[in-house]
Amino acid sequence: MRRILVAMAFFAALVGLWQAATMVGGWSPVLSPPPLSVAEYLWGALNDGSLVEASAVTLQRLLIGYAIGVIIGLPLGLLSSASDFFQDTIGTLALGLQTLPSVCWIPLALLWFGQTEGAMLFVVIMGTVGSVVIATSTGARSIPPIYSRVARTIGSEGLDKWTRVILPASLPFLISGMKQGWAFAWRSLMAAEIFVTILTGFGLGHLLHYGRELSAMDQVIGIMLIIVVIGLIADKSLFSPCERFMHRRWGTGVTQ
Amino acid sequence: MSAREDFDGSPPAKLVIEGVSKWFRTARATVHALDDVTLHVDEGEFVCLVGPSGCGKSTLLDIIAGLTMPDNGRVLADDRLVEGPGRHRLVMFQESALFPWLNVFGNVMFGLARRPDLSSAQRREIAAYHLQLVGLAKFKRAYVHELSGGMKQRVALARSLAPDPRVLLMDEPLSGLDALTREQLYSDIQRIWQSRKKTIVLVTHNVREAVCLGDRVILMSPSPGRIHEEFRIPLSRPRDINTPELAGFAQRIMTVLKGHVSAEVSE
Repeated sequence: MRRILVAMAFFAALVGLWQAATMVGGWSPVLSPPPLSVAEYLWGALNDGSLVEASAVTLQRLLIGYAIGVIIGLPLGLLSSASDFFQDTIGTLALGLQTLPSVCWIPLALLWFGQTEGAMLFVVIMGTVGSVVIATSTGARSIPPIYSRVARTIGSEGLDKWTRVILPASLPFLISGMKQGWAFAWRSLMAAEIFVTILTGFGLGHLLHYGRELSAMDQVIGIMLIIVVIGLIADKSLFSPCERFMHRRWGTGVTQ
Repeated sequence: MSAREDFDGSPPAKLVIEGVSKWFRTARATVHALDDVTLHVDEGEFVCLVGPSGCGKSTLLDIIAGLTMPDNGRVLADDRLVEGPGRHRLVMFQESALFPWLNVFGNVMFGLARRPDLSSAQRREIAAYHLQLVGLAKFKRAYVHELSGGMKQRVALARSLAPDPRVLLMDEPLSGLDALTREQLYSDIQRIWQSRKKTIVLVTHNVREAVCLGDRVILMSPSPGRIHEEFRIPLSRPRDINTPELAGFAQRIMTVLKGHVSAEVSE
């Protein structure tokens, strides 16, 4: 409870600073709107349904692209941890993919898929897979080899060893891989939504894009805030429970 | 009728190690880890391998376990060639190597999952019995990181005993523990060995520990790893590590060990 209050006080202070800066700075309110006009925009967008709809469209794309990225990335990551051959091939490819900013996929996606949902999904998946592979593979490689020896002496080999020893032992790294993938999927999708202007769904990235076109700075900042808040909620609701579970078992992390 | 009675059935194995040699090749050098090691271990015998570091004692244990293959020679367990790890020769490692994603009970159950002949109720009963045996029945729901070093090794012991192996191989299982905890485990291991009748091969660098636990102490010498001398320890059980008789045996072995090491240095 006390920690929540501290966090709230911190953010209230940030908003206060923002307000003070817009009052003292003397900039144009069009370019640097005070917190109140951003709040007014958000309230309006919430009431006319456009904000909820855009968030729903964006989240749907994000979840689908992310899920596909993880489904492709996790096995490839485990595979590339399993042998030097896969590490040198798949692992190197994934590392290359990860260093490529996902915005770079957009020209290719547009030419291949046109202004479609497919282009959007493609960018998200390509942005997610590399980071998931790298995080998972690095993680699985740092599992203490003694676990594998114990499994072998007890007679656990092959698939049984993978499901009962390697996978649970890599849980901390799977979680960090999935978290990493989530962050990259989110970034890729925003880039895609700003550049791929399709009419099948109007996402948060589009609101951001049109906010710029209309010079509606309150909209731009408001949507950026929403993007941050969604990211935080996803982290706290999806990954924190997994991490708490893991920390309790492994005895790692900070305990309350 | 009970699982406990079922499980006392498995007889201890006889081990024959014949002319085992092992080299480790790295990019920079070849290390001759073991040279023509021959050793017979009787059914139910407790044998301790001691020697300075680099004498190949842990490598020999790995070869008996089937985790490492010898370059020359062979290992027979109950007249059957050892070609890989098997559940009748379980290893207890220096680090307890318990699985942090399982609680204490889950760790003991782990080894039993590979026993299709047992019902799940029998498995639970066997696991509970072995936790009782090592004195940790109260901690079955605890997580690994909540245990002390000594408790972890007790759980590891229960995990190794539960599948009822014929041979228990122990690789310096007590070297990471404080003296008091170690002494407690000396008596526990002797008690469990006497009640469960296992063939045990234990590797240690602690001569007193070897004398306290072993029917026979095998002194090994390094570069290349060879059996240097064998000592039979005819002391009655259970043994207390602090008795003068035991210290006398340890002293004799230490003298040979030191003589060998200093001869090596002066060469």
